[in-house]
Amino acid sequence: MKLSLKYDMNVACRKILQDQLEKLSIPHNITSLGEVTVKGTLSSEKYDSLSAALQEYGIEILTNQKTALVQKIKDTIIEIIHSEDGLPSTTMSVYLAEKLNHSYSYLSSLFSEACYTSIENFIIIQKIERAKQLLLADEMTLTQISYQLNYSSVAHLSHQFKKTTGLTPSAFQRIIKKRAVNDLTQV
Amino acid sequence: MAKEPIYILLADDDEDDRDFFRDALDELKMNTVVTFVNDGAQLMDYLDQPDVRLPHLIFLDLNMPLKSGMDCLKEIRANEQLRNLSVAIYSTSASDEHIEETFVKGANVYIRKPNDFTTLKKVLQEVISVNWQYHTSSLNKENFLFSI
Repeated sequence: MKLSLKYDMNVACRKILQDQLEKLSIPHNITSLGEVTVKGTLSSEKYDSLSAALQEYGIEILTNQKTALVQKIKDTIIEIIHSEDGLPSTTMSVYLAEKLNHSYSYLSSLFSEACYTSIENFIIIQKIERAKQLLLADEMTLTQISYQLNYSSVAHLSHQFKKTTGLTPSAFQRIIKKRAVNDLTQV
Repeated sequence: MAKEPIYILLADDDEDDRDFFRDALDELKMNTVVTFVNDGAQLMDYLDQPDVRLPHLIFLDLNMPLKSGMDCLKEIRANEQLRNLSVAIYSTSASDEHIEETFVKGANVYIRKPNDFTTLKKVLQEVISVNWQYHTSSLNKENFLFSI
């Protein structure tokens, strides 16, 4: 037996959205297809459940463009700091603006709004993180690391390391090594 | 831009300290959700609940009744489900050797409890912000040490 169907996508999608939102008891208003207004904010837990539930029907929640751009800023910074060739000769602000095609002031305010920190601070955190990796790899001296990461001197790196972590590079190294020993004796 | 809430847990047996902490967080205008427990045993019971939403950051007082902060830290690091949690020791000032010892035992952050409100706000802001970067930007948690 074959049944011929006529269906209304509009009604079908609306019904799916409504059912899924109600199932998760999310107060909402379906403004138009392709847009739902949620009353208040969604916990990330609920967001994830909703996203997973809708995915079953081939419906995807579009992450907003700003979120995507913030992620690009982070990726660009991380990539450049981890590159073997060292950091660009221009300043980071010029580099980011050129690479991402937005003014630095726009990128900067967007980033601060989304990340609980500024781009400048984020760069410092990432550079110190890279310095920690290189320190623990034990292949470079702190002076070599400071060149690699574009610090004007080893003193400058030491100072920023201390300011960011509250520890000197050597204390950091000592603690991580002791931790490894400690973990071994615990087993 | 709407930010995801940051879940925070403070374990401290001193009511004044808890109030002080809450007031400071309230003034920071970060999107934080805080839970309080009064001692180490309560903390471990809380974390042990089957459907618990694990916090992004635990502030742990060292001297607590029933179970000390140090014992909690050891249990957290030995537990498969909990070992990746960020733990900030929140205690009265101590010697550098003692601080180093807590890091070796697995603490991520050591905060010397500030006495004045402005400093507390500044310290909390900094710790929560840095922790957030570790949480959201694929930084290596094992190298997350911060003494303030």
